[in-house]
Amino acid sequence: MSSSEGHPALRVRALRKSYKDVVAVDRLDLDVSYGECFGLLGPNGAGKTTTIEICEGLLAPDAGTVELLGLSWHSHAVQLRQRLGVQLQETQLSEKLTVEETVRLFRSFYYRGAPVAGVIAMVQLEEKRAARVGALSGGQKQRLAMACALVGDPDLLFLDEPTTGLDPQARRQVWHLVERFKSAGRTIILTTHYMEEAERLCDRVAIMDHGRIIALGTPRELIASIGVEHMVEFAVGDSMPRPELAALETLDGVKAARLENGSYQLQVDELHRAVPALLADLARRGVAVTELRTHSATLEDVFVSLTGRHLRDE
Amino acid sequence: MSDQAAVIGTRGAAPRRLPLSETSLVQLTLVRFREFWREPEAIFWTFVFPILLAAGLGIAFRNRPPEVLQIGATSPALAAALKADKSLSVRLLNRGAGEEALRLGRIVLLAVPGDASSVVFRYDDTNPESRTAFALAGRAIQRAAGVRDAVPVSTAIVREPGSRYIDFLVPGLLGMNLMGSGIWSLGFAIVDARRKKLLKRLVASPMSRAEYLLSFLLSRLALLLIEVGVLVGFGVFVFGVPLRGPVWELALLCLLASLSFSALGLLIASRARTIEAASGLMNFVMLPMWVFSGVFFSAERFPEVFQPFIRSLPLTAVIDALRASMLQGARLTALAPEVAVMAAWLLVSFFAALHLFRWR
Repeated sequence: MSSSEGHPALRVRALRKSYKDVVAVDRLDLDVSYGECFGLLGPNGAGKTTTIEICEGLLAPDAGTVELLGLSWHSHAVQLRQRLGVQLQETQLSEKLTVEETVRLFRSFYYRGAPVAGVIAMVQLEEKRAARVGALSGGQKQRLAMACALVGDPDLLFLDEPTTGLDPQARRQVWHLVERFKSAGRTIILTTHYMEEAERLCDRVAIMDHGRIIALGTPRELIASIGVEHMVEFAVGDSMPRPELAALETLDGVKAARLENGSYQLQVDELHRAVPALLADLARRGVAVTELRTHSATLEDVFVSLTGRHLRDE
Repeated sequence: MSDQAAVIGTRGAAPRRLPLSETSLVQLTLVRFREFWREPEAIFWTFVFPILLAAGLGIAFRNRPPEVLQIGATSPALAAALKADKSLSVRLLNRGAGEEALRLGRIVLLAVPGDASSVVFRYDDTNPESRTAFALAGRAIQRAAGVRDAVPVSTAIVREPGSRYIDFLVPGLLGMNLMGSGIWSLGFAIVDARRKKLLKRLVASPMSRAEYLLSFLLSRLALLLIEVGVLVGFGVFVFGVPLRGPVWELALLCLLASLSFSALGLLIASRARTIEAASGLMNFVMLPMWVFSGVFFSAERFPEVFQPFIRSLPLTAVIDALRASMLQGARLTALAPEVAVMAAWLLVSFFAALHLFRWR
């Protein structure tokens, strides 16, 4: 059960899965090392959940191979189940059971595992130990789902959108849990469409779109790959003349310009040169700026620059 | 981070054998009980409703005691003579009040002294109760005057438990209850778990699928004991419904019936994704049996052409067998056809369900 054998924690080769006429996963290859926190990032419908559910042994692929911890679902399903921790999207645990009864039930499925009280303490639900699941908040339910995933003390943990629908504080509590599991040297594979989540938690991310991986690397590498460090966004008043995108791109320090929903977005490598140049140019044209924002480039910008679309269509 | 140390990495330690109460089959079965007990409606429909129904119908269709007829007499001597018959309740009235009571129907006959020692009975001969009172009063007067029966007559009252409506009803309700709880408890719980993606989550864990289904069976058997005990106990102790067959054979019949209906519930739940779809299917399956299987009246009242269909329904077999065992004391060997129908439903439903069952 050592983690240093010659195989990766997860190896996926030429994975394919289609539903009727929609190709959900299209010849996907993936390697995840032991001890790594790996993120599958992409918009809804990119094939993240299908990929992760095939890896979890819940879906059969149309073609391709999946190997986890050096084992395959065909030959070692029982052993694999004992060594995986799984948290699915949208599972509703039984509302009539208490927190402790739920964790105890899941604990009973594993030959070896963590003590029930220890897991409940780890997800900080001690005070809710005797509370019905139906009375928990969204964040508490999600931490309970994490407890059920962790109670078998898994070698490999799958988290499918662990923080979707949670408020910022509840989200940070889940992140904290993932970080603690990670710091114990265990392997995590998670899907998300929150950039900040992937940037904070993941050692490496794969950006998925239309069932394929369109970019793979550490968050820092991916952000560096678009060759831009900063983004400048601004808007002008409705009655103002519209600056030409081509003219904006000639400004000092600006690499590219886009117009989206009436807001200009400039990819910039040197903020201290681009912003004065932009403001001077707009002042010369007599255009009043109603909004101006700058931020460091994120994985979201990587996705936008690769696909021209946003991860979340809001 | 001491709690972390207590959780992560513990699997690497030597496996600790779980106590029996922590094993998965026990835990799964406990979940079934908890979900049942924490649903007040389920308790009402399973335990309380059949009793209310039996009590209500039992009272409505109870066998009335022989009625005492209200009559009047206008002289004390006449009243005393008439009181000798226990079926007559005699009131001493003056002539005016007696006529008034007769007109208003408070008494069905008025006895008035006539000429010499004769008696006049005033009554309405179109009223059956009045005619009965006339016959009884006439006999009482003659006996009081010393007339003896020329032919000695003795009577034996036949009013036997087992032939009353309540006796017919209790096995019917028992069968209906076995059907409802078997089909509902499995069907509803499984479809609900599938709808909430809980089934999928369980399948993603190392849980044994066989143990999951077995937990339903075990909880069903335990609840069956209470369910059958309460309803049969109520019938026996409150209404004196007979248990003529051996109790263990009745228990065996209930067990087989419950398993058959549970398998049917499993089959209904094997694919449905929504509670609505499952409810529709359950009603579709149960409605014909509520109507045809003879819960409230004998299934033999339906025309001959329907009989093969009605005989093949599981609830018909269950109710026929329960009635035969409880009311006629029929032994299992005599109930082979009914037992065969139940077993066939059990096997066909169970294997079809296993084949069709969708865990996701």
